[in-house]
Amino acid sequence: MAEDPKRARIAKRIAREFPDGALVNLGIGLPTLVADYLPKDKTVLLHSENGFIGLGPQAEKGQEDPDLVNAGGRPVTLVPGGCYFDSAASFVIIRGGHVDVTVLGALEVDEEGNLANYMIPGKMVPGMGGAMDLVVGAKKVIIAMEHVSKSGQPKILSKCTLPLTARREVDLIVTDMAVIRVTRSGLVLEEIAEDTTVEEVVSKTAAHLHLSPKITEF
Amino acid sequence: MKRICSPEEAVRNIHDGASVMIGGFMCCGQPLRLVDALLAKGSKDLTVICNDAGYPDRGVGKLIVAGRVKTLIASHIGLNTVAGTKMGSGELAVELVPQGTLAERIRCGGAGLGGVLTPTGLGTEVEKGKRTVKMQDATFLLEAPLRADFALIKANITDYYGNSFVAKSAKNFNAVMATAARHTIVETDELVDAGSLDPERVVIPGVFINDIVAGGSHG
Repeated sequence: MAEDPKRARIAKRIAREFPDGALVNLGIGLPTLVADYLPKDKTVLLHSENGFIGLGPQAEKGQEDPDLVNAGGRPVTLVPGGCYFDSAASFVIIRGGHVDVTVLGALEVDEEGNLANYMIPGKMVPGMGGAMDLVVGAKKVIIAMEHVSKSGQPKILSKCTLPLTARREVDLIVTDMAVIRVTRSGLVLEEIAEDTTVEEVVSKTAAHLHLSPKITEF
Repeated sequence: MKRICSPEEAVRNIHDGASVMIGGFMCCGQPLRLVDALLAKGSKDLTVICNDAGYPDRGVGKLIVAGRVKTLIASHIGLNTVAGTKMGSGELAVELVPQGTLAERIRCGGAGLGGVLTPTGLGTEVEKGKRTVKMQDATFLLEAPLRADFALIKANITDYYGNSFVAKSAKNFNAVMATAARHTIVETDELVDAGSLDPERVVIPGVFINDIVAGGSHG
C-alpha cells in the first residue's frame, strides 16, 4: 500500500532527529512509520515497551513467533544486538531516562509543551498504556501528527482542553506542515513544508508561534 | 516440589470475589488454558489485574465479555471494545494505570515494599486522590503496592521445582506477577526434570511458584 505522502513526510523528517547510537521508542500509528526511514549511516535501536530492544520489521508470513510481538500485539522480529527483558525492566529503561527519543502521536499539544494523547472523555477511553511513562522518562519527546484534525481543527493550541498525558514534556512537534520547537518562551516555528507558507501554518495553529529568524523548508 | 495439576484443578480455589493477576501483553505470554479453565469454573466478581483487556474472543478478554470481572486494573483496554462498553455502562469498574506504574506497583507488592514514588502521571488525571512526595528536590506521585490472591502466569519451560524460562517478549508481566500473589500458578509448555533447565536461563525462580500446569498453548 502506498503511504500517504504527508504522513511519509512527517516520518522522514523525524528520522533525521536521531543521533548515532540512539535508543528510540516509537508509538503506535504514525510514529511507527518512522522505522521505515531510519538513517542508513547511523545505528539506531528501537525499544519496544513490552520487553525488548532491537525491534525489527514485522515477521514474514509463516515466520511468526507467538512469543515475539510489538506493543500493538503484532508478530515482529529482533535485529542483531537486540535483547529481551520483562515489563519492570522495560520501564526502568523508559522511566529511568535510558531512552533517548520517544515519538508519539497527539490529539492536542500546547504552548507549554503539555500533551494530550490518550483519551477523549465520554468518547474514547482506551487507557494510556506506556505513553505517560515514555513522555516523562525519555530524554527527548517528539510529537508526530497531522497539523490539523480530520475536521480541520488546529491541534496545536495555546492550552490543551483534553486530559493531559503529561505536563511540559514535549520538545519538538513535527507535522505535515511544520517543524515547531517547544522552548521556555513558547513555540518556535523553525521549518515549513515545501507546499505551504508561514502564513498558512500560523492560520492553522491556535497558539502563538514565534518565528525563527531563519525558517527553512523540509 | 510443586503441585502438578490440570488447569481445572489449578483454578478450583479461585473463589468469587478473588483478585487475580494474569500475565501477558495483548495475549502474548498469556496462560490461555488457565484463563479458559477459570471461565469454565464460573467464578465471578473477580478483580483482574492485567496489562490490557486483550481481545473480546481470546484470553482475559473472554472473562470480561462473560461478565465475570467486577474490577479491572490495566493500562490499556482499547482493543477490547466490550470492555469499553461495559466500563461506560458501569458494569465494569476500570482503574487505568500507566504501564510502568502498573509493573512497578506489582513489583513493589511482590518485594514487600510499601509504595512506589514515580514522576509518571503528575499533573494528570492519574494524580487525583493521591499524595505527592518531595524527594531530593523533585516531586513524585505515591502509588500503592499491588498484591493479589492468585497469579496466573505463562512459561515456556518449567522444572519440577517451578524454575521457569519465559521466552522473548512473553516475559512481560509474568515475571513480576509471579512474585506478588498469595498463590501463583504457572502454565508451561514443557515440564522438565530438575537439572534439565539450565539455571542460567531461569527467568522466574521456582520459589514464587505454587502450582504447575503442564502442556501450554500458544495463543
